Amino acid sequence: MTYKFDFSALEPYWETFLRGCWQTICLAVVAVVLRLIIGIAAMLAKRSAVKAVRVGATSYIEIVRNTPFLVQVMFIFFGLPTIGISLSPWTAAILALSLNCGAFAAEIIRGGVEAISRGQIEAGTALGLKPFQIFRFIVLKPALRIIFPALSGQFILALLTTSIVSSISAEELASISQSIDAATFRSFEVYVVATLLYFGLSLIFSTAFKAINRIYFSYPVR
Amino acid sequence: MIRLFGPNEVLFILAGVQWTVVLSLIAFVGGGLVGLLVALGRTSALAPLRAIAAGYIDFFQGTPLLMQLFLVFYGMPVLGVRVSPWTAVTIGMTLHASAFLGEIWRGGIQAVPRGQTEAASALGLRYASRMRDIVLPQALRLSIAPTVGFLVQLIKGTSLASIVGFVELSRSAQIVASTTYKPLIAYGLAGLFYFVICFPLSRFSLRLEQRFTAKT
Repeated sequence: MTYKFDFSALEPYWETFLRGCWQTICLAVVAVVLRLIIGIAAMLAKRSAVKAVRVGATSYIEIVRNTPFLVQVMFIFFGLPTIGISLSPWTAAILALSLNCGAFAAEIIRGGVEAISRGQIEAGTALGLKPFQIFRFIVLKPALRIIFPALSGQFILALLTTSIVSSISAEELASISQSIDAATFRSFEVYVVATLLYFGLSLIFSTAFKAINRIYFSYPVR
Repeated sequence: MIRLFGPNEVLFILAGVQWTVVLSLIAFVGGGLVGLLVALGRTSALAPLRAIAAGYIDFFQGTPLLMQLFLVFYGMPVLGVRVSPWTAVTIGMTLHASAFLGEIWRGGIQAVPRGQTEAASALGLRYASRMRDIVLPQALRLSIAPTVGFLVQLIKGTSLASIVGFVELSRSAQIVASTTYKPLIAYGLAGLFYFVICFPLSRFSLRLEQRFTAKT
């Protein structure tokens, strides 16, 4: 092996790398909040009594789930301007990410809602719980308990998916790595650092989610 | 020079489909072979083997596929091997698939009741025969629905090969988009082709899943 590793060439860029991490986190968090709204809306639309609304929601979910994110981003960023809708790279990235995650979230949330049976709500009424208590302890918490692991797993996926928006030059960790690569020519080192940063981010978040799940959503052992 | 969007352009994008399919199949089969080893390692009786397999899976599930492809693409020359984008992408996708399939099949292996393994040991079967004849056939049956589901993910993942410069469905759509200045049609068409491939597979996976949950 004749290759000499030179990570010192990257030293001046450590702040740039950190900025990339921050932008990646921001993208993922914004997309994940928006996807909850889209996901709940799509889930409700799918259960609507109006057939056209149901068909619309189902086709949205199926189209997004069965085409690659890269093509969705390209379609939004390069395709939409030709019909007069121009978006900045960041807006396009956030739009594409939340639409993408929303379709997956819709299915997850549907699973949680369908798991709460009417009988449980009736049992709560029989026990004399107030409507708010019923909502909080019988509907919301068990539903969250069911969907939280899947939703948090999806956040990690969203975090990793953000790397794809580098293809429309929205600034985040992957695109920043590409420009550092172009400036230093230390391709391998740059991508080793970037990969480890992504790995670190996903480890931090998955550990945090596991802790939250254990503290708030596990059944009390007694 | 701006070209018109005609039948030739459609055929050009369609030609990308075959490379997407070829790449997906190679990654799926190669990833399946390596993934079987990963799954066996993950469920092995030896703790170090388990830890290595777990680390392997965590790494590939915790980093973006795009970075994995870049690492292989720029990492192979470091090891002294010059590679074409085609080889790099194939290796990258195979490794990626192996980690995910390994994790799916680990779940399948662990879902086979312990009594099966114990009964096989009691009958005097060795590890190889126990796995091949008793555990794996049941485990693969259990995990066939998520495996097909992952195939959909893998097909969508091959689109990232275009960023490394490999010409498949997404890349040919990009090329057509930039020569005809009709990105809406080009990417729309690419999306349609992906949909035509992935949608039946998704449905199939869902049907398999329902059949299994209905039975148990």
